[in-house]
Amino acid sequence: MDGTTLGWWGVPIAILAGAIRVGTPFLFVSLGECLTEKSGRINLGLEGILVMGAMVGYAVSYLSGNPWLGVLAAGCAGLALGALHGMLCSLPRVNDIAVGIGLMLFGTGFVFFLGKPFVQPQAPTLPALHLGSWSTSPQIESALQINALFLVGVALAFAMHWAFRSTRWGLVVRMVGDSADAARAMGYTVNRVRVLATAAGGFLAGVGGSYLSLYYPGSWNEGLSSGQGLMALALVIFARWRPLHCFLAALLFGGASAIGPALQSVGISSGYYLFNAAPYVLTLGIMIATCSPRRSLTSAPGELSVTR
Amino acid sequence: MRIPPSPDKPQSALEIECLNMTKRFGSFTALEDVSIRVRAGSFHALLGENGAGKSTLVKCLVGYHRPDSGQISVNGREHEIHSPQDANALGIGMVYQHFTLVPSMTVAENMVMSRGDVPMRINWRSERERLDEFMRTVPFQVRLDAPVASLAASEKQKVEILKQLYLRCRFAIFDEPTSVLTPQEADEVLGLLRDMAHAGDVTVLMITHKFREVMAFADRVSVLRRGRASGEGEVADLDPSAMAEMMIGSREIPSVHVRHEKAHASLPVRLEIRDLSVDDDAGVAAVRNVSLDVRGGEILGVAGVSGNGQRQLIEALIGQRVATAGEVLVENEPYNARREEMRRHRLFALPEEPLRNACVAELSVADNMALRNFDQAPISFGGWVRRALVRSQARRLINEFKVKARGPDVPMRTLSGGNVQRAVLARELSGDVSVLIVANPVFGLDFAAVAEIHARILAARESGAAVLLVSEDLDEVLEMSDRVLVMFNGRMVYETPIAQADVGEIGRCMAGHAGEQEPVTL
Repeated sequence: MDGTTLGWWGVPIAILAGAIRVGTPFLFVSLGECLTEKSGRINLGLEGILVMGAMVGYAVSYLSGNPWLGVLAAGCAGLALGALHGMLCSLPRVNDIAVGIGLMLFGTGFVFFLGKPFVQPQAPTLPALHLGSWSTSPQIESALQINALFLVGVALAFAMHWAFRSTRWGLVVRMVGDSADAARAMGYTVNRVRVLATAAGGFLAGVGGSYLSLYYPGSWNEGLSSGQGLMALALVIFARWRPLHCFLAALLFGGASAIGPALQSVGISSGYYLFNAAPYVLTLGIMIATCSPRRSLTSAPGELSVTR
Repeated sequence: MRIPPSPDKPQSALEIECLNMTKRFGSFTALEDVSIRVRAGSFHALLGENGAGKSTLVKCLVGYHRPDSGQISVNGREHEIHSPQDANALGIGMVYQHFTLVPSMTVAENMVMSRGDVPMRINWRSERERLDEFMRTVPFQVRLDAPVASLAASEKQKVEILKQLYLRCRFAIFDEPTSVLTPQEADEVLGLLRDMAHAGDVTVLMITHKFREVMAFADRVSVLRRGRASGEGEVADLDPSAMAEMMIGSREIPSVHVRHEKAHASLPVRLEIRDLSVDDDAGVAAVRNVSLDVRGGEILGVAGVSGNGQRQLIEALIGQRVATAGEVLVENEPYNARREEMRRHRLFALPEEPLRNACVAELSVADNMALRNFDQAPISFGGWVRRALVRSQARRLINEFKVKARGPDVPMRTLSGGNVQRAVLARELSGDVSVLIVANPVFGLDFAAVAEIHARILAARESGAAVLLVSEDLDEVLEMSDRVLVMFNGRMVYETPIAQADVGEIGRCMAGHAGEQEPVTL
């Protein structure tokens, strides 16, 4: 345990640091999905959008030399895929779940095809903010290396929380997601709202993907997302479709992913891969704990095809 | 009550007059030359049986339908109303039977969002001030911060009323506003509406088929029958039997069909219901202690206005709903609506809305016609379904029952209503029938289809089937039945053999005035 001045205290600090580092893409994807589901659709294609965002972000950053341009491009790629999902689902008798699975498979497959040339080169990655430079402890210092995107995500969670209550757009999204009939009776075009909400959700998922390739782990490869886009779906259910709860849930999932590396850092390496399965176990546990065949989920948007 | 002034909306209750309104849907005339006048500040009831044209008339008023001919004048000036927005601009609003509130949003959010001019950023402090000021002017209160989903039905109804007032509606139309309320809640809501009307704030036009509410709350009543105005008057001058006569008409009991007095009394009871109680979706008793029996060769008709438990009774009998108490016997054996029991006792059913209740809309006509016997020999052969037999059976039934379909392979949902009905009848009546349960079999069908379907049901009766016919169309019950029951508020309140049936008495029972005149409380 050389270089350790904190001893076992290093574990919670490492988990917290991991929660922030690993949780950021969860935060973006879940906020995007929260927005989409609030409008009454489920976008299962987020996994594909996440991978697409990761690849496009990395490729644009490599080609342009500016990682922030990569983030923007990743968001735009997500926007395009989200809009595709939204428009396909607006056709009569098209099921959003089936389109989502199609989009997920298309996204990952297409990205593997396009992304091959970018596996080797090293693209410029996003810089971290060193908020821990006051500390003499190297663990605290590294734990407080926070990416600006995390702060953006936190601000976004608060902004969405506010917007769902206090802006016309926010209330229209909720209205469309909860009672399409009521929204139609008040003259809103349900499908248009849903397409926009799905596209915006796709943008956020794309940004989340760019974080994966441009900050942590910080390189592009095909196994990058490891199901995070799908876990975000469980996370949104766990967060009861509330943006601020999405933030907390993202930290929880991020922390669960960091258990393995954190324990390894204090020398416990047995069961490393088992601990790495923690987020998946958490997903399963949440699904079992929150779902019941007898009652529908409280506070779920009324128009979601799975709750209707 | 004080409402902040608005430049383009009227300030007090409106008078509306419809002149010679006619509305046709294809060859069907829903409304024929109807004229009614609703005085400003009155509580006006629009009474009629199902399908009498009440909804069509008000939908013309709010711009949902366009009448084929006739005029609408508001406060003496003629207006064209092309859309609900036009009606809204004139101050005419409608509260539909199905609430148009968003369940997860609070009352305040619902009220504000119902306005057409919500700003991009909603300043809740000033909106709340406006709402609180508005709430001080209205006669009843609702918690503004409560999510609508947490409100009881009567509170939702109140929110709908408040919403109309908040939108400065001066002529409010209510489509059976009390259908989801308990009698106590109904009295409370209707009393409030009446008080607001008499204060001159709003004119109320209420669609109903409940005499009690008309007697207790309305000032004036217009009655529609089969798309025509059949009577109008001050409620004070009328009694329920006069209204029943306007609504139902002084019709003869038809003796169209030669009733073979084939001594059904000698045929055994095939369907027997003992003290059956069934809850509705909300867990409220919809069928209460119903007992009846049907003999072979007999049609037992159950009359009653919709929403008195008929639907739940049928659902319990065909296995869509679990009864809370009581038992059903078919051929003296306990019956739990299982497939095997239906097959053994040859029990068949034609539920209402057959596309939803008796078909799989996406499956082909052939598959739907095989739903009763696809798992039986000869169609089922060692666990395999023989498609050729399914299709040949369908072709035979399509010919025999004159189903108009583009072949046996088209999805059921592509058929018209009458042909869906024929297809289901073909499936249910093609074999030997012992018990037949029928609900509203001709709802929305044209004359020819009605005659044919009635003939099929009568033929089943002639061949000895016990037929339970539940219908909201009193004419149909009178025409078809050997015995008539009247269902009101979940109970059977009247029974008579067809030979002694008194239409006036049946009408009073349908309206809840069975035997000892139910006291009308104000």
